[in-house]
Amino acid sequence: MNDMTQTNLERALKIVGSRPARPDGVDKVTGRALFGADKSLPNMLVGRVLRSPYAHAKIISIDTSKAEKLEGVKAIITSADFEDFPSEFVPNGEMVVNMKDITRNVMAREKVLYVGHTLAAVAATDEDVAEKALALIDVKYDVLPHVLEVEDAEKSDAPLLHDDMITIGVEPMPTSASNVAKRVEFGLGDVEKGFSEADLIVEREFTTQQVHQGYIEPHACLASVSEDGQAELWCTTQGPFVVRNFCSKLLGFNAAQIRVTASEIGGGFGGKTVVYLEPLALALSRKSCRPVKMEMNRAEVFTSSGPTSGAKIWVKIGVKNNGKITAGDCVLKYQAGAFQGAPVGPGAMCAFAPYDLKNVRAVGFDIVVNRPKVAAYRAPGGPISEYGVESVIDEIAMKIGMDPIDLRLKNAAKEGTVAPYGPKLGPIGMIETLEAAKSHPHYSAPLGANQARGVASGFWFNIGGETSSSITINEDGTVGLTLGTPDIGGSRASMAMMASEELGVPMELIKPIIGDTNSLGFNFLTGGSRATFSTGTTVVESTREAIEELKKRAALLWEVSLDQVEWVDGHARLISGNEPKTMSLAQIAKQAGKTGGPIMANCSMNVTGAGPSLGTHIVDVEVDEETGQVSIVRYTAIQDAGKAIHPAYVEGQMQGGAVQGIGWALNEEYIYNDKGELENTGFLDYRIPVCSDVPMIDTVIVEVPNPNHPYGVRGVGETPIIPPLAAISNAVSRATNKRFDELPLSPPKVLAKLMHG
Amino acid sequence: MPKTHISTQINGDSYEFLCNTQQTLLDVLRQELDLKGSKEGCATGDCGACSVMMDDRLVCACLVLGAEADGKKIETVEGLSSGSSLDPLQQKFIDLAALQCGICTPGVLVAARALLEKNKSPSEEEVRFWLAGNLCRCTGYDKIVRAVLEVAAEARNA
Ligand code: FES
Ligand code: FES
Repeated sequence: MNDMTQTNLERALKIVGSRPARPDGVDKVTGRALFGADKSLPNMLVGRVLRSPYAHAKIISIDTSKAEKLEGVKAIITSADFEDFPSEFVPNGEMVVNMKDITRNVMAREKVLYVGHTLAAVAATDEDVAEKALALIDVKYDVLPHVLEVEDAEKSDAPLLHDDMITIGVEPMPTSASNVAKRVEFGLGDVEKGFSEADLIVEREFTTQQVHQGYIEPHACLASVSEDGQAELWCTTQGPFVVRNFCSKLLGFNAAQIRVTASEIGGGFGGKTVVYLEPLALALSRKSCRPVKMEMNRAEVFTSSGPTSGAKIWVKIGVKNNGKITAGDCVLKYQAGAFQGAPVGPGAMCAFAPYDLKNVRAVGFDIVVNRPKVAAYRAPGGPISEYGVESVIDEIAMKIGMDPIDLRLKNAAKEGTVAPYGPKLGPIGMIETLEAAKSHPHYSAPLGANQARGVASGFWFNIGGETSSSITINEDGTVGLTLGTPDIGGSRASMAMMASEELGVPMELIKPIIGDTNSLGFNFLTGGSRATFSTGTTVVESTREAIEELKKRAALLWEVSLDQVEWVDGHARLISGNEPKTMSLAQIAKQAGKTGGPIMANCSMNVTGAGPSLGTHIVDVEVDEETGQVSIVRYTAIQDAGKAIHPAYVEGQMQGGAVQGIGWALNEEYIYNDKGELENTGFLDYRIPVCSDVPMIDTVIVEVPNPNHPYGVRGVGETPIIPPLAAISNAVSRATNKRFDELPLSPPKVLAKLMHG
Repeated sequence: MPKTHISTQINGDSYEFLCNTQQTLLDVLRQELDLKGSKEGCATGDCGACSVMMDDRLVCACLVLGAEADGKKIETVEGLSSGSSLDPLQQKFIDLAALQCGICTPGVLVAARALLEKNKSPSEEEVRFWLAGNLCRCTGYDKIVRAVLEVAAEARNA
């Protein structure tokens, strides 16, 4: 792999690194592109869901008999239509899932565990009938006390969500059930010894609120199961293969029976990595033998999909007067929602990962509460823990009178650093992004009245995983690419660019599509910043295999041995001989029938060697001391991309991630009333940043190549949401001379702190 | 429930349809007329994914009743291009990567076109406030705003 990388990096690149139009651009600007809710079938039914009005209740009975009699109702399902599973943990990218929990989240069984929890679903001839049928379903509950916050849920007398849940990872193993699903710990060295060597120790507690990915496209799907049990599923998802596997397991189909086609996807950010409506639509379609379409409305997206955790965290850092950190320690308590699986493991692993520390510990707790089960959200767990650490680092910088970038540089992780979560790091760009931040004109620009500047860094692992893609050389010399990871932000362009670079064929002649689950081997989902890294790796490998085949065909036609042929600029070239002889890809393709048949190649592998991506953000804020309003005046995001295949889409990831982080820092939060009902179930009250809330987001792409990708790609999607939380909080703290330790920094909270300290 | 008969013009073509009284224009466009370019992100007027023009006024199609379209002229994203030529905004959005997932794009384009019809040289701030009703969760708005400003500048210099 290393040699291959070298050749690519040394060769002058023609396409990679440029900014061509994306292949799906015209479809997306003309309204042609079909998203989850945009497909219909003849004879289609509408599916709707009955959801729990209670945060916590025992289900005594569900009577659907009246609803079934309503004219136009074609199928009703409850948990009785789903098989039960024993507790079994399955890895799902950066998260772990349990089939016992998934089946209960998809359809409540013994209890409802949050407002919005699915109880039943109806398929009817139209929406009105479906809604009327829902109203006729009679559910008897035994309402139980509920718990929403981790500090309440961990108390010994807290209402128990699962009376068989024994905390994992605690010695000795507890003898009674609790809401604490597990304890994790990562670390190095001796933390106590490290603190004893410190000249200054700062410790602080932080609170963050539950936030939602906020994709603009609600969940939607269309299922069609025929009388012989063959199923077609169209849905908006980050992973059609993952959906197929979950659905086949939940419903007792075999994998070959379900073909999943991913629609264009209107944002996911981790939230479209699990199943909600898909198994319901399949079950309803199986029961009615008619196509069933289901869509969530916006309120359902908020109450019943998978936001990320709110948390309580405690961070302690010791430092020498010269800025050298002697020890770091933290405790993270993350909300899991109704079922275990908060992203506290990755949160604990990356909390101190931007730094080269000898004594470090991160302890995490995964705690269930009566809120929707969390799903992945862009760098799951990372923004929360790193917010705490990066805030304390800033406080230390102020206390010892050191520039916050210099303090970070003094402790920065680099190649060879042993990460707090175990491995020795390969080449990474922490120092490079910090240096780029320091020399950026933004960092030394003058500030206005009531303004201050904040800085923070972020670390994210990125992942590889099972991936499969294929390339076909058409008879006229054009090229087809079939990819298995849905394109959320321009990845089809990057894939076509890499194939174009390898083949020496113009990108316009290459057509990339996302294949369905029958067209390729298993592909893990688009997530973990893995698409350009993993699918890119398979595209390059299969393209190289296709080039070998093209050379073979040319050798046959020229009647020479293969080693006499090389591939240059889209042509086979004869190495020896007096006359330079070349044959274009199109000429070889045209004669493929004579030389052995169609030319295609595929590559399926479990891609490893993802490279962590580091980022550093600079933000200027202005605080209105009368209202508590914080405005973002200027913003610069700097990140190590390894290699930017299509820099405009890398910038787009950095800008989009930064603005999601701004929302998390300033406005976004789930607000519950005392009945456990979510009060802000729309975009009016759950306020994501709008265009007039933010300035231009300046970007600097740093490139420290990942040696494990043919072009050096690291993956960039997740890191940029990490730094904004602390960068903004640090800026507000500096602007007001008060240390803020709670998100969101919404006007009432800021004002309260300004008035009462 | 009896349905109402509506005659309207959409993207220059005459349309007739039946709708019931509570059906929104967005539902009619998407479900009855199969014009799926306008998107539903919220159905409450908060996201702008359903932005269309009704008699030269920018509206959220999810807040307008289908029956209100009677005798009106509706323009949707499907009507932005003419023949094989894209509206300059559409082309610029592709050139500058002003879309990622693309779900907000139809609404943003319709809204931005409406702005440029009214104001040939909007400032960055004017673009930002005009588009404040069009949520985009992917791009952070930077490239969208740049695309609109560039199209305005190019139109002025043309
Ligand atoms: S769908 Fe109309 S504004 Fe959101
Ligand atoms: S491009 Fe995805 S919401 Fe705007």
